[in-house]
Amino acid sequence: MQSTAWYTSLVLILLLSAIFIFVLRRSRDSGDAAEVARRAYAPRSKLFALALAAGVIITVVTLLPWPHQLQAGAGIDRVVEATARQWSWSLSEDRAQVGERIEFKVSSEDVNHGFALYDPDMQLVTQIQAMPGYINRLQHTFEKPGEYRILCLEYCGLAHHAMTASFTVSPN
Amino acid sequence: MSSSVTATATQSRERLYLQIYMGITLAVLLLMLLAGVALRAAQGTLINLPPDLFYQAMSLHGTGMVGIAGLAGVSIMWYFLRRYVALTPGIFLANLLLFTLGVVMILGAILLGGFAGGWTFLYPLPASSMGQWNTHAAAAFIGGLLIIGVGFLLFYLDAGRALLARYGSLGRALGLDQLFSGKVDADHPPTVVASTMVLIINILGTLAGAVILVMSLINLYLPAVTIDPLWAKNLIYFFGHVFINATIYMAVIAVYELLPHYTGRPWKLTRPFLAAWAASTLMVMIVYPHHLLMDMVMPAWMLIMGQIISYLSGLPVLLVTAWGTLVQIYRANVNWEAPARFLVLGVFGWSIGVIPAIVDGTMTINKVMHNTLWVPGHFHFYLLLGLLPMVLGFMLHVTRLPDSRIHPLLERGGFWLFSGSAAAFVVMFLYSGLHSIPRRFAEYLPAWVAQAQLSTLFGTLVLLSLAAFFILLLRRLAQVRMQA
Ligand code: HEM
Ligand SMILES: [Cu+2]
Ligand SMILES: [Cu+2]
Repeated sequence: MQSTAWYTSLVLILLLSAIFIFVLRRSRDSGDAAEVARRAYAPRSKLFALALAAGVIITVVTLLPWPHQLQAGAGIDRVVEATARQWSWSLSEDRAQVGERIEFKVSSEDVNHGFALYDPDMQLVTQIQAMPGYINRLQHTFEKPGEYRILCLEYCGLAHHAMTASFTVSPN
Repeated sequence: MSSSVTATATQSRERLYLQIYMGITLAVLLLMLLAGVALRAAQGTLINLPPDLFYQAMSLHGTGMVGIAGLAGVSIMWYFLRRYVALTPGIFLANLLLFTLGVVMILGAILLGGFAGGWTFLYPLPASSMGQWNTHAAAAFIGGLLIIGVGFLLFYLDAGRALLARYGSLGRALGLDQLFSGKVDADHPPTVVASTMVLIINILGTLAGAVILVMSLINLYLPAVTIDPLWAKNLIYFFGHVFINATIYMAVIAVYELLPHYTGRPWKLTRPFLAAWAASTLMVMIVYPHHLLMDMVMPAWMLIMGQIISYLSGLPVLLVTAWGTLVQIYRANVNWEAPARFLVLGVFGWSIGVIPAIVDGTMTINKVMHNTLWVPGHFHFYLLLGLLPMVLGFMLHVTRLPDSRIHPLLERGGFWLFSGSAAAFVVMFLYSGLHSIPRRFAEYLPAWVAQAQLSTLFGTLVLLSLAAFFILLLRRLAQVRMQA
C-alpha cells in the first residue's frame, strides 16, 4: 500500500513537473495571448470531467469494503484490548497466530495516542487512534509470523517516541 | 491641498506598517527555519537535542510557521485589497500588535515554561504533561493563540465591513451573482473574490478555534469542566485546516496581481475562476474530516465526505490557478526577474503538494500513512515550496525599484539552489513516509537515521539560499524602498 502511494504520487508529480517545464521552456518566446488562452482553455473542462470520473471510481473502489472493516464481530478469532497511557501500552494478550482475525479494542486512559502496528520489517501495516472515552476497534489478519511492534503515532508528550510494545505472531 | 497632505501622511503610515509586517515576517521565518533544520539534525543524531527540547522546538517551529504564514498572508491581502475597498489602517496595526503580544506569550510558554503540546494542542494534552510543563505555561500558550486569533478576526471583520460597503453583500463580492446570472464582469478583481472567500472561512475557522481555546483554558483551571475529546479534535482540525489553507489563499492573491506585471497579460476574471473559488469556499470547510480518518468512532458519512472532498478540493487549484499561471507564461516573453520566478515556483509547489495530499486522503492509504513523515511531506510542499515563494515573490516585488537589479548569481543561482534543495528536502519526507517513519519522533531507530541526515543537508541548503534573499530584503527594508 505504501508503494502504491509512493509510485502514484511520483508519477503524477513527474507528469505535472513535465507540463511546467514544457511551458517554462517556451516562456521566453512571444505569442498571441488570446490565441494561447483559447487553445489552452479548450481542453480544461474535459480534464475536469476526467478527473471527476477518476475520483468517483477511486472512491468507490477504495471504500468497498469499508476500510475500518466492522462486520460486527463476524469471524473474529481473538479480541485484544489495548489500552494506552502516558507512556506505555497495556495489552490483554500479546500473541496471536498467522491467519487469525484479531480485533484490537483500542482506548486510552489519559490523552490521545495512536495505535500503530509495525511488522517485523518495521513496515506500518495498520493503525487506529487511541482516544480517552472511546473504544476504537481495529481488525487485522496477520499474514507473516514474527515479532511485531506497536508504536504510538499520535503525539502524546515527552516520551511519545518511546511508547512501544511488542506483539508476537507465531506460525500456525 | 490639506487633503493631499493627509493622503501622503496616510500613505507613509501604511508603508511603515507594511514594512514592520515584512520585517517581523522575515525575522520569524529565519528563526523558525533554523528550528526546522535543528529538528531534522536531531533526528539524524547530528546534534544532541534531548526529547524535551526537541518537542519544544517542534511546537515552536509548527506554531511559529503557521502563525507567520497567517501574518504574511494578511499583509498580502491587505496590500492589494485596499486598492479596491477602504480598509482601516488602525485595524491593520492592531492585528500586528496583538500578533506580537501573542507571540511573546507563546515564546514564554515554550522557552520559559517548557510547553511542548504541539501547535495542534490536542485536548487534553496541554493539561496532561506529566510534569513537563505546568498549567500556567499551557495557559500562556493557549492564551497567546487566542490573542493572535482576535487580531486576525478584527482584520477579517474590517475587510468584511469594507467589502459590504462597496459591494452590498459578500455573495456579490465573491461573484456569486455573476456566476449564476448570465454576465461575468471581467473587471471584477480576483483579489476581491479571493479575499471574500478567505474572510468567510477564516471568520468561521477562528471562531471555532476560539471556542476550543476558551474551553481548554477553562479546563486547565477547572479540571472538573471536561470536554469531549472527539469534539475537541473536530474543532481543532476544523480551525487548523481552515487557517493554514487560508494562508495560501491569501498568498495566491500576489500571483493574480503581480504575475501580469512580468508577463504583460492581465489576469481576467472568468466563470470557471468564480466557480472554483465559490466551490473552494465550501469545500475548505467540509474537507477537514480527512484529518480524522483514523477515528472510526466518527460518523462514516463524514469520513467518506472527507475523502471525496479531498479529491475535489484539489481540482479548482490545479485547473484554475495552475492552469491560469501556465497560460500567463506560455510564449509570453516573460521578464524572469526574481519576483516572477518565486511566484511561479509558488504555484508549482502548491499544485504539486495537492498530489500527495489527495493520495493520503484515501482512507485505505491513510491506514498506513497517517502520522508518518508522508504528512509533513505533503504540507511542506504547500508551505515551503508554495506559500513561502509566493510571500518572497511579493516582498521582492514591493521593495523593488526600477534600478534595483539583483546580482545574477543570487537571482538565478540562489533561486535554483533553493528550488532544488527544497524539493529534495520535501521528497525526502515522502520517501521516509514510504518507509513508515513516524512524524514527530524525537529519537529514531538506527535504520531511520540516514534519511534524516541526508534531509538535514538539503534543509541546510534551503536555509542558506533563503538567508541570502532575506538579507537582501532586510537591507532593502532598511533603505525604505517600497512602492506605495
Ligand atoms: C528549511 C526549511 C524547513 C525545515 C528544515 C523544516 C523541518 C521540519 C521538521 C523536521 C518538522 C518535524 C517533522 C516531524 O514530524 O518529525 C517540521 C514540522 C513542521 N513544519 Fe517545517 N521545516 C521547514 C520549513 C517549514 C515552513 C516554511 C513551514 C510553514 C510555513 C513549516 C511548517 C511546519 C509545520 C506546521 C510542522 C508541523 C509541526 C508539528 O508536527 O507539530 N516548515 N518541519
Ligand atoms: Cu502515546
Ligand atoms: Cu504518542
